[in-house]
Amino acid sequence: MKILAIDTSGMPASVAVCTEETLLAEYTVHLKRTHSQTLMPMMEEIRRTLELDLNTVDAIAVAGGPGSFTGLRIGSAAAKGIGLALDKPLVHVPTLEAMAYNFYGTESLVAPMMDARRNQVFAGIYTYKRMGMPPAQMESAQMEPAQMDPSQESLAQGHAALASPAYVDPLTILSDQEPLEIGDLCSRLNTLSLETGKQVILSGDGAQAYRAVIEGCLKVPHFYAPAHLALQKAGAVAARALDLARMGKLESAAQHRPDYLRVSQAERVRAQKEQGTHAG
Amino acid sequence: MEETKILAIESSCDETAAAVVVNGRDVRSNVISSQIDIHTLYGGVVPEIASRKHIERINQVVQQALDDADLTLDEIDAVAVTYGPGLVGALLVGVAEAKAIAWARNLPFLGVHHIEGHISANYIENPDLEPPFGCLVVSGGHTHLVRVRNYGEYEILGKTADDAAGEAFDKVARAIGLGYPGGPKIDQAARKGNPLAIAFPHGKVRGSEYDFSFSGLKSAVLNYLNERQMKGEVICVEDVAASFQKSVVDVLVDHSVHAIHEFGFRKFAIAGGVASNTALRNAMEEACRRRNVRFYRPSPVLCTDNAAMIGAAAYYEYQKGVRSDWSLNAVPNLKLGER
Repeated sequence: MKILAIDTSGMPASVAVCTEETLLAEYTVHLKRTHSQTLMPMMEEIRRTLELDLNTVDAIAVAGGPGSFTGLRIGSAAAKGIGLALDKPLVHVPTLEAMAYNFYGTESLVAPMMDARRNQVFAGIYTYKRMGMPPAQMESAQMEPAQMDPSQESLAQGHAALASPAYVDPLTILSDQEPLEIGDLCSRLNTLSLETGKQVILSGDGAQAYRAVIEGCLKVPHFYAPAHLALQKAGAVAARALDLARMGKLESAAQHRPDYLRVSQAERVRAQKEQGTHAG
Repeated sequence: MEETKILAIESSCDETAAAVVVNGRDVRSNVISSQIDIHTLYGGVVPEIASRKHIERINQVVQQALDDADLTLDEIDAVAVTYGPGLVGALLVGVAEAKAIAWARNLPFLGVHHIEGHISANYIENPDLEPPFGCLVVSGGHTHLVRVRNYGEYEILGKTADDAAGEAFDKVARAIGLGYPGGPKIDQAARKGNPLAIAFPHGKVRGSEYDFSFSGLKSAVLNYLNERQMKGEVICVEDVAASFQKSVVDVLVDHSVHAIHEFGFRKFAIAGGVASNTALRNAMEEACRRRNVRFYRPSPVLCTDNAAMIGAAAYYEYQKGVRSDWSLNAVPNLKLGER
């Protein structure tokens, strides 16, 4: 299965082409220029170098959020346009799960976080299932059997070759991605680390932005990811997408929309006003 | 004649739109998904919500445009998109989508100026219209008096120094309790009012005979309403609407007529959302008729933001060999005639 993956959720713009066996290409840049200017030239560079026939791509994967609202939409619109043009399905990859795939297989706790401003981060806490177990034990250790959203069933049937419903997700989601006060995230990590005796790997631009705060409140063994693993990479988006596709989590290009994890400011203000009116 | 089929996309404000246009004038499909119901809740377009709605609708709208035209992407020759001016987040959705479709299909790709699109809307229903001509572009975001020298060659004679004409309509409509969107609501109310009831000022911009200013007029309306309210007098909404509208239309027609004389236009067109205003259409038509100038105005569906007009404008650029790079960005304040 060949995946074309895109991540424009944060500062880096990243594109990759990947199969189960081979990362054929990955192109990541970290600059101030807008993703609108960099993304398609990067894709074209990859297509040219690989002499890639886009019809051999089985699915388009995109980091679907959280992230910068505009950045997410540039990646999503690109993925949706390619999906429409080639009639290929999309895989919506939660941004922070993809970032956790930079530490695939670790038994540590992985806490990727994106700076959401005002002392908040978009963060999730992850670890990996024991991978070396004999198949019988692996089955009993299965925590979340692959479930298929009924709305996606027909789509997945159309792409039946891509999905194998018995596939066990190697990733364990201890705390699903959401906006959190940086202090609350540290408390959760303190608790989880004390319970499990595991150290914590911190990554993402949130870990860089709030390093001083983290040092003040994270009381358990931890370290900061090195530069080559710390931020969004489309290769990791592709790897997570391969697993999500195996679990049947595909969507059509038309269905896809980013998951911002936050309503717009106008909606928030309006909801507050309405609440005020009802209370008064 | 060889056929050039252009798939065009427009998402500069609160309409998600796609169209297929053949040879610039033959509209095979024109799909517009309006978000107006959502933005009405907020009294105006909320950029972040507009961007979110665009991405939720864009594929369906593009697919509908292809289906309505009874074509597949295999038969499309080029992809065009509005890349400015407009709301940057909204523009970016269309630009990224159009680029991706063109890239994945190895099709020529062109960025189109939104105002150039509005002007070109006049080509669609008028096979005889060719440059040179004069054009007044009036919408919620733009007020431009333009000399169209040739296809893709424009000279801006005048533009607004402050509010766009449509913006003034929205603000006044809100002040007199008519709500959003202001253009059609004022148009409606004004029909029952007396345009001579209140003498509102006619905005002038010092030292520039073609530029417009509507903020003074807007303030005059607000002051009038305040004074009446303080005195406890009843306000006749219809008279305010009609008198305000007359003031706007007078200035627009006055400047246009001036340009007709100075440049000797034999043809004059109006375009943009406000071009569907009944009073403006009637007054411009009359002014042109009296001067023996042919008058053009698009049907209301082509006055509002749409992608057919982008396909029309794109065709003439395509013919000239204009192509955009994969690095094309959205340009929220793009100037007419710049590239």
